[in-house]
Amino acid sequence: MISAQAFGDPGKMKDYHYTGPVEHRFSPYAYNGGTVLAVAGDDFAIVASDTRLSEGYSIHSRDSPKCYKLTDTTVLGCSGFHGDCLTLTKIIDARLKMYKHSNNKTMTSGAIAAMLSTILYSRRFFPYYVYNIIGGLDEEGKGAVYSFDPVGSYQRDTYKAGGSASAMLQPLLDNQIGFKNMEGVQHVPLTQEKAVQLVKDVFISAAERDVYTGDALRVCIITKEGLKEQTVPLRKD
Amino acid sequence: MATLTMSRPPFGGFSFENCKRNATLEGETSKLGFSLPAARKTGTTICGVVFKDGVVLGADTRATEGMVVADKNCSKIHYISPNIYCCGAGTAADTEMTTQIISSNLELHSLSTGRLPRVATANRMLKQMLFRYQGYIGAALVLGGVDCNGPHLYSIYPHGSTDKLPYVTMGSGSLAAMAVFEDRYKPNMEEEEAKRLVRDAIAAGIFNDLGSGSNIDLCVITKGNVDYIRPHDEANKKGVRLNELEALQLTGDYKYKRGTTAVLTKAISPLDLEVVEESVQTMDTS
Repeated sequence: MISAQAFGDPGKMKDYHYTGPVEHRFSPYAYNGGTVLAVAGDDFAIVASDTRLSEGYSIHSRDSPKCYKLTDTTVLGCSGFHGDCLTLTKIIDARLKMYKHSNNKTMTSGAIAAMLSTILYSRRFFPYYVYNIIGGLDEEGKGAVYSFDPVGSYQRDTYKAGGSASAMLQPLLDNQIGFKNMEGVQHVPLTQEKAVQLVKDVFISAAERDVYTGDALRVCIITKEGLKEQTVPLRKD
Repeated sequence: MATLTMSRPPFGGFSFENCKRNATLEGETSKLGFSLPAARKTGTTICGVVFKDGVVLGADTRATEGMVVADKNCSKIHYISPNIYCCGAGTAADTEMTTQIISSNLELHSLSTGRLPRVATANRMLKQMLFRYQGYIGAALVLGGVDCNGPHLYSIYPHGSTDKLPYVTMGSGSLAAMAVFEDRYKPNMEEEEAKRLVRDAIAAGIFNDLGSGSNIDLCVITKGNVDYIRPHDEANKKGVRLNELEALQLTGDYKYKRGTTAVLTKAISPLDLEVVEESVQTMDTS
């Protein structure tokens, strides 16, 4: 945008003069896109993410899933700045090992969530530019979802979408899983098959309208039997 | 009737008064915390190629508003005259209005000369208009057609410069498309080969550029004939499962039962209509 100061009286151009040293800002962050989603059921949890890694108008990779396995019962989905995602998952892996060695047991989902909150807040004044969602089973075997903001505020949810298409997915989940804005419908508990189908459909819709979401969808299903993974192709444009 | 006259005599050259006003407006609204509405850009891949008998123009069909897709199937190849078509990248409103204005003026010109319009004429009219607006009209165009002097292809930039070339690309996906052209372009190609080349160039833009997507539109112009193929290739369909082994139920059923949306009040007012005239028209069902 040409500033108002460059134009004096109409018909006359102002004299050009050198303004002195110009400051160029370096930004330590980049935005790599991606969408993450987690749903908790009665005895299962699902964490899903698309696999596209982008920057600006370009694609870095079509096969970069954003779900990271932490334990047999917990999966972390993180999107935002990929550099911080990688460092954060490295730090969490190290902390999990330390806990296991000193306490002789694996960390529970709730404990991992509380720990992640403190890790994120320790960088309150130079944050990790990451939107985290943890999905897993709690100590009773019920599904649990914990959603975070970049500086560590978190809460337990039934379902949550994060990342570039989160604003498109969250209202749809509110309607289909939370039964919001609907009258006279039976609040049937969500089955695993319906939840997986819903997650796939919701990502197909997100890929239509969000340029950062696409290529493929990685779905991680967590049950007491263990972890199962599915990959579904999405739009590549 | 009294007329308002300016106290200042008219200056020569360009008038930048509105620029001052626009800059002030932008400053004022940002102080209040709002931003002026951004024009919708098409974030596009468009290209054109000259072959043996004419030109082939190609474009993708995605229109973006920021990083959200606003239109999944918009038309970026605009009509200028029966023998001249123009692809547009940049601000959607600018490309639409500019091509319509020049198309209208060219038709009047063609009636005045009594001849089929020439591509060079359309090029001259477009560049003179864009230069007059000093780049504020964000229209980057690929102009192609066939006239009495043969096939011609021009690329026109928002500030008003033009290039006359055998193959051109514009838009955010232009680098991806130009890579394909630089690899496989040959002079005097056949029509099918040229169509394949343009299709592949646009496909490169669609899959490798986030600002371009959806389908590929083609326009083949030869002497006396225009093929406006929309879509030539539906490169991306919604939610199509590539694995045939999976069940045919592609997506879940999300239909609402009647009564899911709460009806708060209902008011029915009957309209009193009187029959004025009754006529029967038979259909030709032979």
